[in-house]
Amino acid sequence: MSGHSYDAENYWKANLRLIFGSLIIWALVSYGFAILLRPMLAGIPVGGTDLGFWFAQQGSILTFIVLIFHYAWRMNKIDEKFGVHEE
Amino acid sequence: MSQFAINIMFVGGSFLLYIAIAVWAKAGSTSDFYVAGGGVHPITNGAAIGADWMSAASFISMAGLIAAGGYANSTFLMGWTGGYVLLAMLLAPYLRKFGKFTVPEFIGDRYYSANARLVAVICLIVASVTYVIGQMAGAGVAFSRFLEVDATTGLIIAAVVVFVYAVLGGMKGITYTQVAQYCVLIVAYTIPAVFISIQLTGNPIPGLGMFSTHTDSGLPLLEKLNQVITDLGFNEYTADVDNKLNMVLFTLSLMIGTAGLPHVIIRFFTVPKVADARWSGGWALVFIALLYLTAPAVASMARLNLMTTIYPDGTQAAPIEYDERPNWVKEWEVTGLIQFTDKNEDGRIQLYNDVPAFEAEAQARGWNGNELVVNRDILVLANPEIANLRQGWVIGLIAAGGLAAALSTAAGLLLAISSAVSHDLIKGRFNPSISDKGELMAARISMAVAIVVATYLGANPPGFAAQVVALAFGIAAASLFPALMMGIFSKRVNNVGATLGMLSGLIFTLVYIFVYKGWFFIPGTNNLADTPENWVLGISPLSIGAIGAIVNFAVAFAVSKVTAEPPVEIQELVESVRYPRGAGTAQDH
Repeated sequence: MSGHSYDAENYWKANLRLIFGSLIIWALVSYGFAILLRPMLAGIPVGGTDLGFWFAQQGSILTFIVLIFHYAWRMNKIDEKFGVHEE
Repeated sequence: MSQFAINIMFVGGSFLLYIAIAVWAKAGSTSDFYVAGGGVHPITNGAAIGADWMSAASFISMAGLIAAGGYANSTFLMGWTGGYVLLAMLLAPYLRKFGKFTVPEFIGDRYYSANARLVAVICLIVASVTYVIGQMAGAGVAFSRFLEVDATTGLIIAAVVVFVYAVLGGMKGITYTQVAQYCVLIVAYTIPAVFISIQLTGNPIPGLGMFSTHTDSGLPLLEKLNQVITDLGFNEYTADVDNKLNMVLFTLSLMIGTAGLPHVIIRFFTVPKVADARWSGGWALVFIALLYLTAPAVASMARLNLMTTIYPDGTQAAPIEYDERPNWVKEWEVTGLIQFTDKNEDGRIQLYNDVPAFEAEAQARGWNGNELVVNRDILVLANPEIANLRQGWVIGLIAAGGLAAALSTAAGLLLAISSAVSHDLIKGRFNPSISDKGELMAARISMAVAIVVATYLGANPPGFAAQVVALAFGIAAASLFPALMMGIFSKRVNNVGATLGMLSGLIFTLVYIFVYKGWFFIPGTNNLADTPENWVLGISPLSIGAIGAIVNFAVAFAVSKVTAEPPVEIQELVESVRYPRGAGTAQDH
């Protein structure tokens, strides 16, 4: 396929937008909630400790799984929309 | 039946299974050997990646580290899972589309440079070999403990087993073997955790149990744990950390390292389609999460159980007498991984945090220093016994699981090393006309050589188990990941930029580590003591890979900016890896 068509450019932009959005959430739950913002979440109790601790030990992992599946699902749709999917 | 016989049965039985699978799936062609003909389903591939990824470090060591460090060591949990987000979005689908066999091959083609490929091979080999040394050493220790042989014999048995299935089977053998290994290791990890969770909280799901109520005290489990350990002078389990910069960088280093480790990336070449490469990343993380969501529960519960064992009548009462110590303490004492010294000669075991802040209370109780030293790496292996689960089969299962974790990772790394040597070094550089058969032979020979080297170094570890793993991650994070990512997301980064970027990231990271850990890890050759006061800006040598990656990116962009832009056909190549259509199966040139 020609790399310089209008559609190809928009396909790549759509991919970059999706990646960017996903990585913001990726960073927010791990570096944000679990580490840097933990003191701000200290008031929210979770099973004997606080929300930041839960994000550090489990919440971020669960979020990562959702992020990857969401990305795969959305990208496969975008592939089809732009007609670049594999047969 | 004796425990020894049960261990033999579990370990032997699981190994027969792996070898049978390897022989059954014996590789035919070169492409079968490396990438299983591109015909592996995403779920199968996900389980194989899970086994590949979870090594002795995840299975045997991680929960012990979390138990000791509490919240502060959550870095391992986030770092070793968050990397999959980067892999699935930034690397895997495009490398799959590119459709080659090895990581250096992509770097060599994308940066149209044999030197770039050579530098990538060096990074790959250094990262992988150091990682394998750790695995072989771990497998050797586990073998010797459970088969009741000396450490060297255990190591040789491990080497022979890895050799047989990795060398004969190639990737296809390894893919299915690793699915079997995943099953063994996840069952082995989960079953004792479920029993322990029911014992302590009544909740059969350990990951939920750790956030529920501790049945005996009626308090939330983590609150109870905090109470018990602060009574003994330790920090709260859930306490926040002061050095957040280091915590962030360490997590980032592990995440980028995860996405840059060649034995994991190579797995994404084995799926039929680009879309499957994306799904594979998700499935891999699901399989990994099954262990990683349980690990923090194992950690907190084992810590509590350990304390209850030593202080059966509560922390304010006297600890147990040494003569009354449970069996597992006696057994591990033999290996030297648990040590007891009766400092105040009262015949009891005082386990507490020997810090100035606690000294007054300790003296008031007639204590004269902490008397029990428990190696963190035994925690998972001893976990069932600490919890009083004395069934022989549970212990046999844990043995088989720990060995599956160590050996599967060793095999995956050996495959990455052998393909780098035979495909990138020999075929790509020295003898392009080598036959398919000759290349396969070279791959097998290099695997055998790598096993011998790793076994030799694993028998005489230069005194750095945890550092080995950190170095492997640091190197992968600082060298390979940035080159791969820029190769896909930038058309402007050129041959000179990428090569210098990899070299500067690699050298920067190695030098920082060597300054604190000793040059080439030779003890006593470090320039500065490895203590937080000496670290630049409080950044530990374990966290430096993240900075190395930033150096790599910066150098590559700066150099590329002042040198010629890549030729048109390379820019078209970059363009083409971005679109899934026309991927086909992995092709040789």
